[in-house]
Amino acid sequence: MDLYEYQGRELFERHGLPVLSGGVATTPEEARAIAERLGGRVVVKAQVKVGGRGKAGGVKLAEGVDEAVARATDILGMDIKGHTVKKVMLTVTADIAEEYYLSYLLDRANRTFLCIASVAGGMDIEQVAAETPERVAKIPIDANVGVDEAKAREIVAAAKFPAEVVEQVVPIAVRLWQAFIAEDATLVEVNPLARTTEGTVLCLDAKVSLDDNARFRHADHEALVDRAAVDPLEQRAKEKHLNYVKLDGEVGVIGNGAGLVMSTLDVVAYAGESYGGVKPANFLDIGGGASAAVMANGLEIVLSDPSVRSVFVNVFGGITACDEVANGIVQALALLAERGEKVDKPIVVRLDGNNAEAGRAILDAAGNPLVERVDTMDGAARRAAELAAAGV
Amino acid sequence: MAIWLTKDSKVIVQGMTGSEGMKHTRRMLAAGTAVVGGVNPRKAGQKVSFDVNGGTELPVFATVADAMAATGADVSVIFVPPQFTKDAVIEAIDAGIPLAVVITEGVPVQDTAAFWAYNVAQGQRTRIIGPNCPGIASPGASNAGIIPADITGPGRIGLVSKSGTLTYQLMYELRDIGFSTCVGIGGDPVIGTTHIDALAAFQADPETDAIVMIGEIGGDAEERAAEFIKANVTKPVVAYIAGFTAPPGKTMGHAGAIISGSAGTAAAKKAALEAVGVKVGKTPSETARLMRQIMSGS
Repeated sequence: MDLYEYQGRELFERHGLPVLSGGVATTPEEARAIAERLGGRVVVKAQVKVGGRGKAGGVKLAEGVDEAVARATDILGMDIKGHTVKKVMLTVTADIAEEYYLSYLLDRANRTFLCIASVAGGMDIEQVAAETPERVAKIPIDANVGVDEAKAREIVAAAKFPAEVVEQVVPIAVRLWQAFIAEDATLVEVNPLARTTEGTVLCLDAKVSLDDNARFRHADHEALVDRAAVDPLEQRAKEKHLNYVKLDGEVGVIGNGAGLVMSTLDVVAYAGESYGGVKPANFLDIGGGASAAVMANGLEIVLSDPSVRSVFVNVFGGITACDEVANGIVQALALLAERGEKVDKPIVVRLDGNNAEAGRAILDAAGNPLVERVDTMDGAARRAAELAAAGV
Repeated sequence: MAIWLTKDSKVIVQGMTGSEGMKHTRRMLAAGTAVVGGVNPRKAGQKVSFDVNGGTELPVFATVADAMAATGADVSVIFVPPQFTKDAVIEAIDAGIPLAVVITEGVPVQDTAAFWAYNVAQGQRTRIIGPNCPGIASPGASNAGIIPADITGPGRIGLVSKSGTLTYQLMYELRDIGFSTCVGIGGDPVIGTTHIDALAAFQADPETDAIVMIGEIGGDAEERAAEFIKANVTKPVVAYIAGFTAPPGKTMGHAGAIISGSAGTAAAKKAALEAVGVKVGKTPSETARLMRQIMSGS
């Protein structure tokens, strides 16, 4: 889960990192209260999980309370690269003398953690890294040793931080690491880490990604989820413990196993190229033991998506036998009928693997006119795409 | 001979007495795996019965070390819940077991990074497969994990994959040819055994003639595997990559399968593999056809 900047700022503050005083507002009135509390000059920043908001007009300076409210009013509701701004963060301002960069992240390739530090921070850090990589220090961190003061001094030396800020940056590097570990983050990034004209080093931005797998030891992370930003179908699927991602096509996809479902999306998109460019409408992995109830929940979610015109159920019977899956589909359709759900979209089913013949026979015997059986993955994808294109 | 897992492998199960552990221990026994015991400190000294192979009774030990001392086990399959996985793997590493297969899904990545760092610090005496993987199967010889044993028989194709069900799909499509070993390395961001480890082992295995490699979006493991193939692998390799149509920033089930920025796309992985002469199938079926052509010498 990626946090909003204001959530990252609050997280940093909790872990003793120097941040600017501020608050978050969803309305101009709330912005006024914060601006009054902060006093004087403030910066108003759109809270969106997308880069380039400054260039899009989502970051403005304001002299005094009235101007802060006016800027907040401008920015709230603004569209930035398809993201509607629902919150703004207001902070006091700082006069920046220099901008640095500091982050900890997971280094997948080396199966460890990495510190990235540079004295050339700010908006162009990616360009700096690409053009002058020697200005960006990368220091591996042993997961079982971490970052103590000595390691922090090694980081500061490797990145060549100026002598006058070293004693401030060292504790920041240690605390940022502590925050990274304590919160089960996969990324904590400060850009810019700034030296003010008064000589104070401050974290002026906060980018934090948290590991969803670690939710079981962070009850408080649940509150950081932005429910309003979650697609309603994704939210309903989550409540039913289904692994569902909404996409923008027309063919509903249900399968077992993340890899197989990802592959199914691809095969549907390829097939769609011959049928007016229809695409997969969603990713839905019902997992290994697909019972009738799970299949019913999955079908219900997919069929309730108004953009779905056909459904492709792609199951490989590995641990689960195909006859169980076939019974699941038949019972799921009966269950949906019982619940009064209208099922009027064609469903193409491909069953292969363990007990495939028995499963196919069950579908044939049930004789539901909406269910069509195709026995290869490529063939079934083509048929589902064809039906979606015809169902316009 | 196969790689890493043979008919002589003696397997213990950490978390055998849990529901998943019981279910899959039974399946492993039915597949002919030499499962010799389980580990659960609260149930040490007990015996667990399985209604398979005419009735099998397995002892439960307090620790991996006890189990190894008593049975000569050299493989542990780990089914414990994610909260306890790190400790279970570290226990296996401390006991010096040669192979630990971590099936558990949903392990925090900092825990995986920690047990991996611990393993490196101990000199990598333990090969770790997973976490969040289906395990390893050498058809006809042994099966450690949850890969269905009856999909295919023994043969001379080696398979390494990030995805469970795609592994089964390819095993099924090529079941008439058969496999030496199928390794599911898992789809998490940090894993103990990589594509490269498996490619190196298959290259060295006299019973493997050709290799199927299944990748998916996220990270750069496939790109690094391509470099490794160019320098080290002379056996034919056929690859499949899932996730061409996955949008950036969305997690598709596997925690590692997420495209960030321009990195980790399926197109980049395909291009890297094709640049070193690996044939990349557009669909699982086409991938199977490409392998079939190689195995039939055409």
